[in-house]
Amino acid sequence: MAAVRTFFLPHYPTYPIHICMFQDVSNAAYLRSQLLEANPDFDYAFLDAAMILSASHLLSASFLALHAHLTHRSKTRTPHSELVFRLHPNPNIGEAYKRFGISDSSSTLIAVKFGKLSKREDGKGDMSGEDVGKFLGEVVQGKCVDVGEQGEEVERFRDLGRIGKVYKVGAPGNKNGNGNGNGKKRAREDADGEGDGDTEPVDKVLEMEMVILGMMTIKGS
Amino acid sequence: MNVGLEVACGQQTNSPEKDVPELIDKPSKIARHHHIFPTYTLEFPTLPAIMPEIASPPSPIAVPPQSSSPLHILPPPFTDSNLTVLTQGAEALVYLTTFLTPSTPVVLKYRPPKPYRHPILDKRLTKARLLAEARVLVKCRKEGVKVPGVIGGDYENGWLVLEYIDGVTTRKCLDEWVHRVGMKVVQQDRERGNAERKLEAAAENGVQGEEQELWDLMRRVGSAVGKLHEIGVCHGDLTTSNLMVRKKARSRTEEPHPWPAGRQTASAIREAAITDVDAAPSPAEPMESELSGDIVIIDFGLATQTIADEDRAVDLYVLERAFAATHPAAEPLFREVLKVYGDSFKGAKVVLRRLEDVRLRGRKRSMLG
Ligand SMILES: Nc1ncnc2c1ncn2[C@@H]1O[C@H](COP(=O)(O)OP(=O)(O)OP(=O)(O)O)[C@@H](O)[C@H]1O
Ligand SMILES: [Mg+2]
Repeated sequence: MAAVRTFFLPHYPTYPIHICMFQDVSNAAYLRSQLLEANPDFDYAFLDAAMILSASHLLSASFLALHAHLTHRSKTRTPHSELVFRLHPNPNIGEAYKRFGISDSSSTLIAVKFGKLSKREDGKGDMSGEDVGKFLGEVVQGKCVDVGEQGEEVERFRDLGRIGKVYKVGAPGNKNGNGNGNGKKRAREDADGEGDGDTEPVDKVLEMEMVILGMMTIKGS
Repeated sequence: MNVGLEVACGQQTNSPEKDVPELIDKPSKIARHHHIFPTYTLEFPTLPAIMPEIASPPSPIAVPPQSSSPLHILPPPFTDSNLTVLTQGAEALVYLTTFLTPSTPVVLKYRPPKPYRHPILDKRLTKARLLAEARVLVKCRKEGVKVPGVIGGDYENGWLVLEYIDGVTTRKCLDEWVHRVGMKVVQQDRERGNAERKLEAAAENGVQGEEQELWDLMRRVGSAVGKLHEIGVCHGDLTTSNLMVRKKARSRTEEPHPWPAGRQTASAIREAAITDVDAAPSPAEPMESELSGDIVIIDFGLATQTIADEDRAVDLYVLERAFAATHPAAEPLFREVLKVYGDSFKGAKVVLRRLEDVRLRGRKRSMLG
């Protein structure tokens, strides 16, 4: 049984979002094949954990997907594919799956499930966190990693270089082309010192996050 | 585990103090509708003539706290949320709420449908304007100009969720400065009654302590506006109310969120916002900290992506008028803004020359009535 955290977005308090993360995943190819076959049991967003910048990043895409679904303006088949779609800066579902979905070789993944939009197999109500944990524990071969009470651990496996490239925003602390391994501590770097009127240090990861949230929100739809 | 449930149900209480920020911002909104430039058409040429605002109160004081009956039915997902009204502007309703997590304070900007416009046209215009506003904000943010981040939005339904800026308006800083210096002078020179001249003198060569802070603030304004223009954006409504000075709280640096996570009710958030915005400078929290934060430019509802000298000069002119509206003594302060602006990017000097033309036209226009 995998450890699942359940989140409720402000203003959508009755739509649980179940999130579960894995590392050392060895059967990503199998998981992907089930997605490609559109196996209804596998109606999840299986995301490459390297591409998730932060809890806000993931929750923002979740909000946009949920909102599109509930206001009948989804561009894709399910709220879960919509989540993948919403993550990408351009309105291109194929690209979105390529960049943010798992690949056959993914070793870390984040699975997201909209509880209320998914019925249990036995038809008895919505998918609970427990249902999700049970299912993922069975089908994912890997080690479950707690995403934390605030989802703060979803950024653990992020690759700032790759994320920066997709969104075309400069990745901070990316001298060797791989901004990985920064854990959850955010490097506070001083402003560029150009005398441009900054009075406070700029947190470059937070800046990147804010730009990305904006890009996801304004993308042509 | 269960993050977020508490927020959405925070109750809304009646609070008369809530409207104080509204009062403070009022003059800027009036200023916006002075069409002073013969060659300059504000807003969109395709728009029908602006009708008087239906909801506009007879006088600022008459605005009731509006909590018993909602101002508007908000679109989903906010329809059933109890939100705190920050301001009810000319075009938009601005609310304080949370988004994504209960500890993420945000501003919800909602443009309600205009009943006097054809619904389909209205929807299309609202969408275009909101999207333009969001695009400009993202561009600014990407290029290092300090503006609120865009966190969410639904253009078809007329709303935008923006990062909450914890701070005060430059307008308030200037008003308080005028008040402070004025009071001092009145006390000292009551018999001579030359308060005004003293104020000007203070502005001309004010060097000690808090005056220095104000001059630094002016320099940061000049540099912020310069940076905005440099990346090819003109604001379109550059008043002192739309230039915020972000609070430089230690709490903000240590902790990403101004409020503790967890039980966050709308009223608690509003309370925090009110204390932040309206608290008079107390000895415990000296004025210096209030004046020394980053300049954050807000309200891009009329912004355009342009590098035209004329547009840039008009931005400066609007700002100049806003300074003048504060007090005649604020003029030297604005000169400092221009000085820094002039050095802030290649081409800024040309804009300053253009500003002289715009001033002339403005004056001619007002003589003609
Ligand atoms: N991001 C923000 N953070 C904090 N306060 C804000 C923010 N955005 C707006 N406000 C507050 O709300 C007021 C009104 O917002 P804004 O100027 O964006 O809207 P408006 O003038 O009513 O609309 P518009 O000019 O687009 O028609 C501001 O003067 C400010 O006090
Ligand atoms: Mg405004």
